[in-house]
Amino acid sequence: MEALWEIPPTVWIAGGLALYMAWAIGANDVANAMGTSVGSGALTLRRAVVVAGVLEFCGAFFVGGHVTDTVRKGILDASLVQASPDLLLQGMLGALAAAATLLLLATRVGLPISTTHAIVGAIVGFGAVGLGLDAVIWSKVGQIAASWVTSPLMGGVLGFLIFHLVRHLVLDRANPFEAAQRVGPYFFFAVFFVIGLVTLFKGLKHLDLDYDLPGALLRATAVGLAGGALGRVFLTRVKARAGKGHDVRFVDVERVFAVLQILTASAVAFAHGSNDVANAIGPLAAIVNVAQGAELAGKAAVAPWMLAVGGLGIVLGLSTWGYRVMETIGRKITELTPSRGFSAELAAALTIVVASRAGIPVSTTHILVGAVLGVGAARGIGALDLRVVGRILVSWVATLPIAAALSVFFFYFFKGLLSP
Amino acid sequence: MSLMGSLFGRSPIRPMQQHMRAAVACAREVLPLFEDMAAGKPKRIASRRREIDRLEHEADRIKNEIRSHLPRRLFMPVERRDMLDILDHQDSIADVAQDIAGLADQRAMVVPGDLREPLLDLVRRVIAACDQAERVVNELDKLLETGFRGPGVARVEEMIGELSRIESDTDELAERVQRRLFDMEGELGVSTVFWYQMINWVADLADYAERVGNRLRLLIAS
Repeated sequence: MEALWEIPPTVWIAGGLALYMAWAIGANDVANAMGTSVGSGALTLRRAVVVAGVLEFCGAFFVGGHVTDTVRKGILDASLVQASPDLLLQGMLGALAAAATLLLLATRVGLPISTTHAIVGAIVGFGAVGLGLDAVIWSKVGQIAASWVTSPLMGGVLGFLIFHLVRHLVLDRANPFEAAQRVGPYFFFAVFFVIGLVTLFKGLKHLDLDYDLPGALLRATAVGLAGGALGRVFLTRVKARAGKGHDVRFVDVERVFAVLQILTASAVAFAHGSNDVANAIGPLAAIVNVAQGAELAGKAAVAPWMLAVGGLGIVLGLSTWGYRVMETIGRKITELTPSRGFSAELAAALTIVVASRAGIPVSTTHILVGAVLGVGAARGIGALDLRVVGRILVSWVATLPIAAALSVFFFYFFKGLLSP
Repeated sequence: MSLMGSLFGRSPIRPMQQHMRAAVACAREVLPLFEDMAAGKPKRIASRRREIDRLEHEADRIKNEIRSHLPRRLFMPVERRDMLDILDHQDSIADVAQDIAGLADQRAMVVPGDLREPLLDLVRRVIAACDQAERVVNELDKLLETGFRGPGVARVEEMIGELSRIESDTDELAERVQRRLFDMEGELGVSTVFWYQMINWVADLADYAERVGNRLRLLIAS
């Protein structure tokens, strides 16, 4: 990297906006992922913040590149863009500024909007107006938009199935406490294996660690076994607080699930970091590429330092503001017991991690809501407020056009500012 | 407000259990009430009535709270309609207990000697039915914990079966009291009508308790 004073001002602006986006993700979205564990009492607030910070960073740093690539160059036609790199630079700046403004306004008004929807809407808006309708790869945009419907559905179906599995393997048993301790390590294995596989299989290119499928499978199995052994140690440390009554037994069962829930909450944090870091870093990566005059299809397009900046931004947002949001959410969702939180989070983490691996920017919060509704459909949760589904639909319909319009505005603003 | 924060509604199950506790507390007061009526202590009867009134108001308060927090948009593991039906039956237990205490107080009724034993037997059995119904309702939160499946369901169904058996007993006991009542019709005069009403109300308590159980059986199976 060149010396600091050689960095063009556009990169400074872009870096600042990207850092703000990452901060906003950490301040608002992480709480959705981890608040469930705080609410069920599986983690204290302090521990939740530490766990989330570490794993969000890891997710962003290790697996965040795929989605970042999509946001950077998957939505807009590279060949058209290459002809006018300045326009791309101004447009990406505009998209970042638009998404950041929208987030700021929405937080002020108390509307829940998805950073993913904001940034994708902003890029599409600038692309369609600034570069022309042909510059937008509509098939890719369609694929992303479809995933915003299918990914919460997948989370829901998985949540439904996993809770049925939990009920069949643990809750229905004559001794659910022992059953939970016996089955738990297998869940640990599954989570570590899937995340290990996703991370290792062509996931660490930017660190020069590139495994093919057999190599990744082998190593992921090792990671999974280590995770299973770790799980066994933690789970057997939970001792039944005696008491033979039916009630007391389920209190003990939930204490085992509280350990399992720490696992899945960590997985969600990892998955969230891997997917959402792109919302901040994708446009930045595109801008840096143009500013450095690198070829847009260049290989080392998403540099590790960018992912690190994104990850740090998220951690910063979490530690300056997000912990408060987490506390509020945790207080609100005490209805979600650890066995339910575990089922929903496992479903969400698997869905998000698969989407990240496929390079699709999805809304982690929407997937988590889908997963919780899935557990509810399996008669697992006392009462769910279906208004939330309406709010999600509203945020879909509203976020995209507003982000697009704002982005066009900022695009012309930066065009006027930066053009000679 | 974040999406996750607004996702969770308030489950009606614990308030339902609280309501049942208050309703059955009303029914339980009927036994000392009848004992006082048997002993001919009108002052004590008045204070029993006040206590039952207080408990009935408490049940009403909980009932209204549940109703106002059970909007249609809530997605629950149990049918909203079933919940409201059960709530109505539970509330009837409190209402009928209140009617019994009201009549006992207004007419300053004294249990005739020959009616005493069979009537108190009936009241005790009726309260046993209410207690059993309360125990069944108290299983609801555990059923939710297991997702309305597994060994817990069989156990609750057995408890509901026991509730039905107790209710059949109360039918027989009520029949016996009423036969005894009609034997005494000449000596009691117009009081016969009021005692007939009283016995029916007492038997109704067990009927409503059984209906709570039957409705719960449907709710679990759905």
